[in-house]
Amino acid sequence: MSGEAGEALLSVRNLRVAFGSPQHPLLAVDGVDFDVGPGEVLGIAGESGSGKSVTLRSILRLIHAPGRVSGQVLWRGRDLLALPEEELRRVRGGEIGVIFQEPMTALNPVLSVGLQIRENLKEHTRLDAAGRRKRAIELMDHVGIPAAQSRLEDYPHQFSGGMRQRAMIAIALASNPQLLLADEPTTALDVTIQDQILKLILRLRSEMNMSVILVTHDLGVIAQTCDRLAVMYAGRLAETGPVAALFRQPRHAYTLGLLNSVPRAGQLRQPLASIPGQPPLLSRLPRGCAFAPRCGFVLSACREAPPPLVEVAPDHRSACLAHQAVAKA
Amino acid sequence: MDDAAPLIAVTDLAMRFYRPRSVVDRLTGRPGRIVHALNGVSFTVTRGETLGVVGESGCGKSTLARCLVRLHRPEAGHIAYGGIDVLRLAGTERRAYHRRVQMVFQDPYSSLNPRMTVRQTLAEAIAFHDLRAGAEIGKRVEELLELVRLPSDAAGRYPHEFSGGQRQRIGIARALAVEPECLIADELVSALDVSVQAQIVNLLLELQGRLGLTVLFIAHDLRLVRHISHRVAVMYLGAIVELAETEMLFTRPAHPYTAALLKAAPEMDPGRRSVIDAVRGELPSPLAIPAGCPFHPRCPYVMARCRVERPPLTDREPGHIAACHLEPGRKL
Repeated sequence: MSGEAGEALLSVRNLRVAFGSPQHPLLAVDGVDFDVGPGEVLGIAGESGSGKSVTLRSILRLIHAPGRVSGQVLWRGRDLLALPEEELRRVRGGEIGVIFQEPMTALNPVLSVGLQIRENLKEHTRLDAAGRRKRAIELMDHVGIPAAQSRLEDYPHQFSGGMRQRAMIAIALASNPQLLLADEPTTALDVTIQDQILKLILRLRSEMNMSVILVTHDLGVIAQTCDRLAVMYAGRLAETGPVAALFRQPRHAYTLGLLNSVPRAGQLRQPLASIPGQPPLLSRLPRGCAFAPRCGFVLSACREAPPPLVEVAPDHRSACLAHQAVAKA
Repeated sequence: MDDAAPLIAVTDLAMRFYRPRSVVDRLTGRPGRIVHALNGVSFTVTRGETLGVVGESGCGKSTLARCLVRLHRPEAGHIAYGGIDVLRLAGTERRAYHRRVQMVFQDPYSSLNPRMTVRQTLAEAIAFHDLRAGAEIGKRVEELLELVRLPSDAAGRYPHEFSGGQRQRIGIARALAVEPECLIADELVSALDVSVQAQIVNLLLELQGRLGLTVLFIAHDLRLVRHISHRVAVMYLGAIVELAETEMLFTRPAHPYTAALLKAAPEMDPGRRSVIDAVRGELPSPLAIPAGCPFHPRCPYVMARCRVERPPLTDREPGHIAACHLEPGRKL
């Protein structure tokens, strides 16, 4: 996706995640491929049920039974999906950090924030107890928690929503990760706090030369933070490419519909170009393109088989048979 | 009623919630803590208008909505609806007010009775207010479903059988069943996916045009509020800090908090990115509202006066008021 195969830090190939019984599998993720380069921020966008969070979680094998994951997640030459549990533990929370939407449920409520940071330092660094304490204060300071030293022994419930998210980022950063997975990290936050957290993530990305995968449903967040974007619909990739190109000229009817659904300035009280209907149920996916029943550009071939993801412009791929018509719209 | 007179006039509305005293509070003799949800809110809404209300969590916007439909009883202040004192209504007059002013909630799944079919829910509202004779109720239910574009076979189904967007349509149909004049929409589309949000916004705009509804649209999404409101009020810690016609507010904000909100809202253009935080600091708790201007601890333009003296809402230009000590006309 980002040019030569050798540059990618993480390569996901033919990722499939199935839930339900083996006789009637529900494919939450169906044949997803993408790469993340060093220092790159990749956004994964889509509506509820599109498979974006499941994709993110399956990278670190955080999908539990009855979910079944197949395909390849190549991390610096090793397939994380085939790695023994022991070795995976060094990657998970170590080389790859994770932050979630709800810090209150992701943090341990009965351990102080300082202890939770030190726990990760103990697991993934060689620092001694004094060194870990010092580093924990540094990390809290670094993510913008005021008076870090005095808040070390505070518990998650003593922090505000924004500060909890900062604490979770501090825990993830303790191991000096090369990749940060962020699952809707700002969705539960107010807009002024969201703005601070996104800018913090971007600052840390450049300071630590870390890559980021950011899952969100908010296209504004994508526009402001990501280098590249992957749009998912009903478990499949609809379109991938550089954010600027994708926003300027979307090449998938669904991406175009999403962008047009967002109100723009200067169209006061005009009807919005909404997408008719609603996303399909995984148990009742159409035979062809999953978006075909809602699509204004639909061709008869769209209803036959799911369109493949093909390159439509340099570094820009779309799974839309009508991508040329969409580009002109 | 005179057309120019406001339909809703809210004056100096105040509402506090008393937190129960903890054991430690009792032992140490500390008084119970008080959440100052609304601290003197005044505004008017004219007939047929959409007033948007924006603000972050804890700013009091939902408390305001609940006071308007009398789910909370405010401690002080007045609410007049078409000249009638709403807070003194009782009996049949109160019932008539509830028919004229309806609320639509954010989560239709928790506000619809899961054991009632759509038909039962709608018919109950119609029958309660004696709006149709028994035999005509069925026909009215069909009309309502058509109005919010739900298939007619929806009537026999239960709320859990619908998607989020469809459930929100049921919530709107339920509110419209009693033929209200005014809708209070509290985070009407926040729980919905973007593509479905747009459908519900279009429906609301269309219904407003057809039925001449007055709408109070409460939301945290600035893009959405800008799109559908005639005027917008910005709330911060229980008070209105700025109120103006929509385009004035979005192009010439007069309060630093409004300016910060606008800057913080992620823009849809990847070519225009900022690297500095739109506003520093955390939202203060409504348990301990800062003295003076409540925004002063986060304000980049703070002056000595702001820390002690609370600025009143003053005129900035016709149709534009703001509560800030900065000289009017300053570009933020």
